[in-house]
Amino acid sequence: MKKRLVWRIISGSTAAIAAVACSAAGCSKDKAGGAESAASYAIWDPYPQFDNSSAWVQLLARCGSDAGVTVKRTSFDTSDLTNKALLAAQQGSSPDVLIVDNPVVSTLADGGVLTTTDDTKIDTSAVQPNLLAAGQIGGKTYGIPIGANTLALYYNKAVLQGAGVDIASVKDWPSLTEALARVVTSRHKGITFAAIASEEGSFQFLPWFWGAGAQLTALDSPQAVSALSLWVDWLKNGYAPSSVINNTQTTSWQEFATGQYAFAENGTWQLGNAKKAGFEYGIIPIPGISGGPAPAPTGGEFVTVPVQKHTERYATSVKLVACLTRMDNSYTTDTTLTYIAPTREVQAKQVATTPELKVWVDAVQAAKGRTSDNLGTRYPKISQPLWTAMQAALSGAKTPQDALSAAQSTAAAAR
Amino acid sequence: MASTRQRRGGPWGPWDQWQAWAFLAPVTLYLIVFYAYPLYRNLDLSLHDYTVRSFVQGGARFTGLDNYRAVLGDPTFGLALFHTAVFTVVSIAFQFAIGLALAVFFRQHFRLSTTLRALFLVPWLLPLIVSASTWSWMLNSDSGVVNSVLHWLGVPPINWLTSPAWSLVSVTIANIWIGVPFNLVLLHSGLETIPASIEEAAALDGARPWQKFSYITFPLLRPVAAVTLLLGLIYTLKVFDIIWIMTRGGPAESTTTLATWAYRLGFGNLLPAFSPGATVGNLLIVLALIFGLLYIRAQRTQYQS
Repeated sequence: MKKRLVWRIISGSTAAIAAVACSAAGCSKDKAGGAESAASYAIWDPYPQFDNSSAWVQLLARCGSDAGVTVKRTSFDTSDLTNKALLAAQQGSSPDVLIVDNPVVSTLADGGVLTTTDDTKIDTSAVQPNLLAAGQIGGKTYGIPIGANTLALYYNKAVLQGAGVDIASVKDWPSLTEALARVVTSRHKGITFAAIASEEGSFQFLPWFWGAGAQLTALDSPQAVSALSLWVDWLKNGYAPSSVINNTQTTSWQEFATGQYAFAENGTWQLGNAKKAGFEYGIIPIPGISGGPAPAPTGGEFVTVPVQKHTERYATSVKLVACLTRMDNSYTTDTTLTYIAPTREVQAKQVATTPELKVWVDAVQAAKGRTSDNLGTRYPKISQPLWTAMQAALSGAKTPQDALSAAQSTAAAAR
Repeated sequence: MASTRQRRGGPWGPWDQWQAWAFLAPVTLYLIVFYAYPLYRNLDLSLHDYTVRSFVQGGARFTGLDNYRAVLGDPTFGLALFHTAVFTVVSIAFQFAIGLALAVFFRQHFRLSTTLRALFLVPWLLPLIVSASTWSWMLNSDSGVVNSVLHWLGVPPINWLTSPAWSLVSVTIANIWIGVPFNLVLLHSGLETIPASIEEAAALDGARPWQKFSYITFPLLRPVAAVTLLLGLIYTLKVFDIIWIMTRGGPAESTTTLATWAYRLGFGNLLPAFSPGATVGNLLIVLALIFGLLYIRAQRTQYQS
């Protein structure tokens, strides 16, 4: 009697621990890649904001049934997805289709996680070359953009009017700084952006960096210094709040939404919130140092097909990818995500239905991939020193020149 | 039943041996899966040069102690160690002093003292992300409540979180606030174990309150105090969330501690640097282990005395 009880306790607890250990280490061999469940295809996306009733998830299900399979969708927070994808690849349990932020594509491709579009015969011919470039390394393409977004300047019409600023006069850096000065004298706040110590900070700085004519391969060039000095001087003069140092793009938007600020640098995805802000707003492209729109970095995700042990799965995966990026579906998806479509055809349709997207379409056409110019996995090693330099200069710890010189030597050493 | 077994083969027959192992198996398995293996993996990561490619496909180059050399030679290491030390020592000093003062205060069992003491536990009950976010709102340079109070008092605004001179102070203040309840609870229960009669006797002998505290109460509280300090030390060494949420270790690395540095290396970048991240993590574990051993030693001497 006693013995039996003892055994029951032991076997019970052992089983429980084994179950926990399995779920941690992945004993139940990959359902996604396993041949025994060939009709189920796994798709991972970074859109946890969408639940099962959303247009996005319904599209996934529809694409699955069109291809004759069921789709098993898992969504992750975008910052989580890189490591999750790497771990899955290490365990041999990669999803069949992976939708991932564009600067991560080169990292995953470098890890040998992704197939090329040559391997899988995914047609990328309709996609704008500047958008596709973010997924190209060494002449190979590792996915297809699902949509693009980028940065521009939102402005508050009432605040500018109160300060007597005509938005048409804001054409280059001096005229923008002049506008900020007039806004601040009229007892409003100037501009808010996100200079947080993360990729988000670099993303926000790049339009100014590129707009000055600087290159990511030379962080300490005079052009780069002039871009960082622009931001530093705005902070010194009180044209931008010091909170930008810790601002994410969301907190920066919250500052703009108070109605106190004249300008905010933010992305396409805030359009929905802008309509809810309760004041009249407008959007202009971020100006370059001496006029013209500055190239902003492209945001948005790529649809990729991770490497599988069972290569016969690719045929169906490609059908899913083609379905997700097909013209009519691309229009629906990019409308749901408030993204700009990656093809000129769909962009034209977007502008026809929503004319205010015109400024964003122009911005996306002028935009530039962060990992483009064949930087690939060198980009993260440049971006981190860059945001570190930004933080050092904005907080007054270093001059822009010293901060960027240090960044350049770090980036060069990491090569 | 026990008597039959003794007849069969002494107090430790084969059945008892099996039974003992069977009882041991779950906990051993648990320790291996959740403690030994992760630690081994961390060590393994730090001794190889893992890139993204070799992380996925295997075959990382064995580099011995190269990662440790690189980390120790990194200018960030000195900074991170210094910040970790200042953050830990200052946090503990204030948490302990405030916790002790409150514990003594609450010992007087006045009306509402239980309610008030429960209120002091709030920082402990809140999820760290809530308290850290709240602190960063309060300390916001432009719209934070702290600066507006200072303004009202005629003090110019302070860039609490965005100036390298203040950021470490800010995260330390937030951490002190969070740690007070822990010290309060432990020290209060320690005080409760001291018999009131001893202090009464001292009072009858003419000891003043301060003398009573420094000659009677505090020496009797010493074992509990030592344990509180050591546990606090180990806990504070690895504090990560508060700093990461409030400043991300910045600006300009002014709040980078060993914990935030390890996280930034491993997860805070587009291109994860697994090996250096694991290396910093291991150094932190060693540091915590040293204090852990001190704790065990302190406990042992306490039992002996």
